[in-house]
Amino acid sequence: MTTNVELPDLGGIGLIRYAWRQLTSMRTALILLMLLGIAAIPGSLIPQRTQNPMAVSEAFKNSPDLTKWMDRFSLFDVYGSAWFSAIYILLFISLIGCVLPRALEHFHAARALPPATPKNLNRMEFYSTWTASGNELEIAREWFKSKRFRVLEGDGTLSAEKGYSRETGNLLFHTALILILLGISFSSLFGMRGEAILNVGERFVNTPTSYDSLAYGKLFKDGNLESFILTVDKFDAKYNVVTNAPEDYTLNVSLLRKDFSTLEKHVIKVNSPLAIGNTKIYLQANGYSPVVTVRDSKGNVAMQGPVPFLPQDANLRSIGAIKVPDADPQVGFVGSFVPTYQRSNGNGAISVFPEALDPRLLLSAWSGDLGLDSGTPQSVYRIDTSSMSQIGLKSLKPGEVFTYSGGSITFEGYVQWVNLQIVDDPGKNFALLGAIVAILGLLASLFTRRRRIWIRAGESIEVAGLAKNAAPGLEQEIAVFIKELKGEK
Amino acid sequence: MSRTWAYLSNYLIYSSMAVYTLSFFAHAVETAWALRVTDATSSKRFDYKRTERVARIATAMMILGFLLLFAGVIARGISAGRVPWGNMYEFSITGALAFSGAYLAALRRYDLRWLGLLVSIAVLLTLGTAVAVLYRPSAPLVPALKSTWLVIHVSAAIISGGVFLLANAVAAAYLYLDSMESKGERTAWAKRLPSLEYLDQLSYRLVAFVFPLWTFAVIAGAIWAESAWGRYWGWDPKETWAFITWVAYAAYLHARVTVGWRGRRAAWLCLFAGSTFLFNYVYVNVWGTGKHTYSGL
Ligand code: HEM
Repeated sequence: MTTNVELPDLGGIGLIRYAWRQLTSMRTALILLMLLGIAAIPGSLIPQRTQNPMAVSEAFKNSPDLTKWMDRFSLFDVYGSAWFSAIYILLFISLIGCVLPRALEHFHAARALPPATPKNLNRMEFYSTWTASGNELEIAREWFKSKRFRVLEGDGTLSAEKGYSRETGNLLFHTALILILLGISFSSLFGMRGEAILNVGERFVNTPTSYDSLAYGKLFKDGNLESFILTVDKFDAKYNVVTNAPEDYTLNVSLLRKDFSTLEKHVIKVNSPLAIGNTKIYLQANGYSPVVTVRDSKGNVAMQGPVPFLPQDANLRSIGAIKVPDADPQVGFVGSFVPTYQRSNGNGAISVFPEALDPRLLLSAWSGDLGLDSGTPQSVYRIDTSSMSQIGLKSLKPGEVFTYSGGSITFEGYVQWVNLQIVDDPGKNFALLGAIVAILGLLASLFTRRRRIWIRAGESIEVAGLAKNAAPGLEQEIAVFIKELKGEK
Repeated sequence: MSRTWAYLSNYLIYSSMAVYTLSFFAHAVETAWALRVTDATSSKRFDYKRTERVARIATAMMILGFLLLFAGVIARGISAGRVPWGNMYEFSITGALAFSGAYLAALRRYDLRWLGLLVSIAVLLTLGTAVAVLYRPSAPLVPALKSTWLVIHVSAAIISGGVFLLANAVAAAYLYLDSMESKGERTAWAKRLPSLEYLDQLSYRLVAFVFPLWTFAVIAGAIWAESAWGRYWGWDPKETWAFITWVAYAAYLHARVTVGWRGRRAAWLCLFAGSTFLFNYVYVNVWGTGKHTYSGL
């Protein structure tokens, strides 16, 4: 079926103008806004790589076909996907094209006086008339002035209007939305965000190689990294003895700034990050690093130091891998660290409290090829044991040694590690400013009533009023006004 | 000390449930009398005095229930040494408080006593679920929740929620009466209820009144997230649904003010927006993942 829609002959520029007008119409903006809301839904129901990478890889393992298909539509990265970005960029453009011209228009109109009194006041919603007594116009003038109406004088008549701040507020609100979007884009272009796991006692030099993960905005350069050196001095975690829930984390650090002159001491807590210039350092997560010494058969130290383990539950049972590539043959330990040990039937060793009251390191030792040279990146918390053979199993208390054929491993103790998030988010102040203006604008626009009141004085007095958007309360206001005019108080 | 306060809180909440139940019965009696006496075919005159008296008792019980619940929530806070918004039990009792508070506040300006039956049922169901399913012993907060922004953000969100749900109740009443009217005249008892236009305006006013507060609640949440997690917006499920609710209400306001939607369509949109709020509360707290799962379940 074909229908002939009559389109005007637009030509190139005409077509662009037509498209622009369509895009910047309020209807389009609203549809885009609704679309953005709907587009946000799948990301809240499907696990996202940025928030829950474990659940994503789990899903890939469980149903590879479906997930591959879903991945094509970026369903595991909704908020960074091309289609999601497309919606908000279009909304952004649409808002600008729609709001800015109106703002300019309003700016001109804001200083204009109300239009002249119409001829037939009795057609208005609120109308009242009575015989004149003489000085009504003066009283009205005074009253309007004291109530801060704008007034246009006519011949024996006044036309007064109030409530322009409704439109002003409304435009402020919509312009503020643009500001928020600008702030967000600014951050994503010029910002940086990285994470680093540090053992207590370790030093962090703010250069790209110190990070475990680091993401830059498109226009951020390496040299823009704030220069500082941070040392993790102490970390305290307090837990509730009844619920085992964490109550407080306190991190003590030493800081050397740009000029590397004075050493400053600082405290970082979950809700109070450390600010260094525009860069902020947040305490994100924490866990345990067992400290081990691995020796070869001759007693030479092949590896020594803390190895961060990854917490698995609320009581911080943690798993990790100790890799000794320098041993010959290579050895690796698949490990599990429990801060407060208890045997459980079925589950082996479990932890019953997150604090290290009775720590154990459970190891399974492997010998062979760790596969570190194969080129495929490996998790530091796991060992690929496919070309290794198991040479022993052992549970160690601090200070104990496990000797296997070819060497030994000593469980020296443990330190805690913290995961620091380091962020430079240059657009966030714009976004915050936009948010504040948006609320103020909303308040002004939702709580201001715009209305006009007219008075015409001749032999009789005529008073009339009109409320925009059917705003309530004008009737009472006019009643007060009339009382004032009649001198009734 | 804290154990005593926790027990006291539980007693206060049980008593408030008892009083809300009395309020529920009084509302039910009022409604039943109104149904019977205003039967159009009956020659009996409507005895307003009698129903007026029960209606007053019902409202008085609602106020008393509110005060007891308020005291219960405060005692819970004292027992834990913090604001009482750390898990879903506490969110639920505070949410019920906000909802009946919003109703009582609106009652000062509008005669909404006809809604009392619905309100008392909703409050009782919420408190019942809280006590029976969601109850957790009183305990201190996890570190991420220790912030002034918890107080600011959550109080704004809970008050907004109370008013949004009240607007939903009014919109639902609109739709019910509208369908009744479209079949002919209102049934006798429903004649006492306000006009459709009044309900339409009322639900709009409630939404317009709290929309800025909800906007503020979302922004306060973002500021808090910035200080706790290093980003002010991360599309966490809770944040995402707060945004969806915001968009839905913005669409509702727009539809009314700029496109001129009224009546049935506006009421449905209002219900839809309110349901995104409820969804966020129930689904994301119970089944969701992410940084916001403090339900304690
Ligand atoms: C892009 C073009 C847009 C235009 C031209 C526009 C225009 C308007 C207008 C004319 C009003 C009514 C003002 C009044 O008469 O009081 C309004 C109200 C409003 N707009 Fe928009 N808008 C746009 C986009 C948006 C967006 C993206 C949002 C996002 C949430 C939004 C949220 C609101 C809200 C909350 C109100 C208040 C409604 C009320 O006064 O009750 N608008 N807008």
